[in-house]
Amino acid sequence: MASKTRLSLHVPEPEVRPGDQPDFSDVVIPKAGSVDRPPVDVDPREIRDLAYSIIRVLNRQGEAVGPWAGTLTDEELAQGLRHMMLLRAFDARMQTAQRQGKTSFYMQHMGEEAVSCAFRKALEPGDMNFPTYRQAGLLIAGDYPMVDMMNQIYSNESDPLKGRQLPVLYASKEHGFFSVSGNLGTQFVQAVGWAMASAIKNDTKIAAGWIGDGSTAESDFHAALVFASTYRAPVVLNIVNNQWAISTFQGIARGGSGTFAARGLGFGLPTLRVDGNDYLAVHAVAKWAVERARRNLGPTLVEYVTYRVGAHSTSDDPSAYRPKEESEAWPLGDPVIRLKNHLIRRGLWTDERHKQAEAEILDSVISAQKEAEKHGTLHSGGRPSPRDMFEGVYETMPPHLRRQRQKAGV
Amino acid sequence: MPRMTMIEAIRSAMDVAMGRDDNVVVFGEDVGYFGGVFRCTQGLQQKYGHTRCFDTPISELGIIGTAIGMAAYGLRPCAEVQFADYVYPAYDQIVSEAARIRYRSNGEFTCPIVIRMPTGGGIFGGQTHSQSPEALFTHVSGLKVVVPSNPRDAKGLLIAAIEDPDPVIFLEPKRLYNGPFDGHHERPVTPWSKHELGEVADGHFTVPLGKAAVRREGAALTILAYGTMVYVAQTAAEEMGIDAEIIDLRTLLPLDLDTIVASVKKTGRCVVVHEATLTSGYGAELAALVQEHCFYHLEAPIARVAGWDTPYPHAQEWDYFPGPHRVGEALIETMEA
Repeated sequence: MASKTRLSLHVPEPEVRPGDQPDFSDVVIPKAGSVDRPPVDVDPREIRDLAYSIIRVLNRQGEAVGPWAGTLTDEELAQGLRHMMLLRAFDARMQTAQRQGKTSFYMQHMGEEAVSCAFRKALEPGDMNFPTYRQAGLLIAGDYPMVDMMNQIYSNESDPLKGRQLPVLYASKEHGFFSVSGNLGTQFVQAVGWAMASAIKNDTKIAAGWIGDGSTAESDFHAALVFASTYRAPVVLNIVNNQWAISTFQGIARGGSGTFAARGLGFGLPTLRVDGNDYLAVHAVAKWAVERARRNLGPTLVEYVTYRVGAHSTSDDPSAYRPKEESEAWPLGDPVIRLKNHLIRRGLWTDERHKQAEAEILDSVISAQKEAEKHGTLHSGGRPSPRDMFEGVYETMPPHLRRQRQKAGV
Repeated sequence: MPRMTMIEAIRSAMDVAMGRDDNVVVFGEDVGYFGGVFRCTQGLQQKYGHTRCFDTPISELGIIGTAIGMAAYGLRPCAEVQFADYVYPAYDQIVSEAARIRYRSNGEFTCPIVIRMPTGGGIFGGQTHSQSPEALFTHVSGLKVVVPSNPRDAKGLLIAAIEDPDPVIFLEPKRLYNGPFDGHHERPVTPWSKHELGEVADGHFTVPLGKAAVRREGAALTILAYGTMVYVAQTAAEEMGIDAEIIDLRTLLPLDLDTIVASVKKTGRCVVVHEATLTSGYGAELAALVQEHCFYHLEAPIARVAGWDTPYPHAQEWDYFPGPHRVGEALIETMEA
């Protein structure tokens, strides 16, 4: 008879907690330029190793190296830097606006700016993103008016969503930005459906789904991968691994082995893992996956390895669960500084121009904010009509809602 | 006019809708090549091709989640969940997404989808092939909820649902697929070919959503029913010799309150019947509305006959199912109150 062992439950814990020395020594960072760039029509079985590596372009010296370099012009790189700086400045102002009581809530992108800003530049008009609440770079880099973003955040009289949605849950069909839901993971499988529809209609447009590391544990993630794989949907499935799901470290969602990218292997998906703080690498990988989808070669799963520098939201205090200095120890650095250094190294940028650009960008954000605040903030000034509350539940208001609207006296 | 079973009528509705609009797509588990476990989609894949009618992985969440994405693109998906009992994995997609996309995006995106599901008991389906989950959907702002009771309505309502700009939960009482059923399980079942509502036009027609049908005019009492219970109510009233007015609601959300109120104001008495469990069932909403709008016309308490507050049992099928005997007793009690 085999001897019996008393069982014990394994509950993963991060290496460090508040008060500990930050430690990312277990994060293996391959050298920039060291990962091959396969052709977009590669057989997914031939690139399984890419699910365990990290595609990187910018090296420590700020040089763009290796087979993934060279997808952007000098002008596009400078524009990319400005987009990231703008998103960061926007975040800072809105974070402050929340503290001033001008809105109830905000979520920033600090440290993750490259992911959505660079990805957006790989898309074409008509493509559709199914974003989470942390991809506003898709709007910023897609030239969505900042004032409208702020109007939404303030839930004021000019809010495009009529005050019905929590701040940052934007929606814009024209800008390829599907309505953000508070329910995590739901949009990942919707992106696959949108892509299937484009294929059913023999269109040329593609979709992009977005999900965070924590939400990959939702059933929607699994369903999205199954359907994407089964129907070879023209979709890019993006996992933004910023190491944290509110207070929960990524090991709780991922388990003890593998990577998030590796989850795609069992579905036969080509799967890439990329340095999410490397604007050039993000763009190169996005371009590869988008081209693959557009050439009807099927879906791609991409994991962006990054770090959530800010708090989860304005309702969160990260010092309660992780070391305060952890972001400074993050081995992939800061996406803005890395692109800035690259441009300086190539003589396309200077510290002086950077400071000047920062000032210009701040001015543009402040003037947008002034414009938005003319239309009101959450608790003062113009606000959406209570009548708007009853509209849009259905295309045509049914009798029971008409009765309720009358009862509400609006 | 041709005679159709409810299955044939539902299939005809999808055929007509697919023929008229290239954006209509039909999919679900076993829906494609095989034509559905109830034959409701038989022949559609052969006729329209496998990108218009296709099989899906066994994932209700995936079926509805992708349908929502397709609708956002501009298609009109008509998705099938094999049994209403299996819709729960998709509940988040239906409630948090399909129902709210128009509202939360201020119309930037819409969700014109139909979710077909066989519903109801009376077939020895046990716990997971008999449920009537309509109240889980009528509680959700942004959804429309439809339950047909005969082939003609099934076709007209389904075409209307597919053409509707909002998400529609389309519950098909599988007990009625092949013929009307009044709860008398001991008697042979008559097929739809012997019933006038089995006459269904071949081409395009609609039955409007949100409109009830008065199946029998009467003066003594109003019965509010839908699905299989329409026939149970008819038989119960006949057997008890009560001149009941029987209203087949057809659409539960939005509800045809005017027809209900006019009837109860006339009769002064109301009995609500449904297969679903009693507590917080749709009958509670009906009773509350009748009480609110017809209080001074009511001569008796509103009665509710429903499934017991238990999971749907197997061996005790006919002790559970609210058949003509139980409905008849409620009619007598309401008349005597």
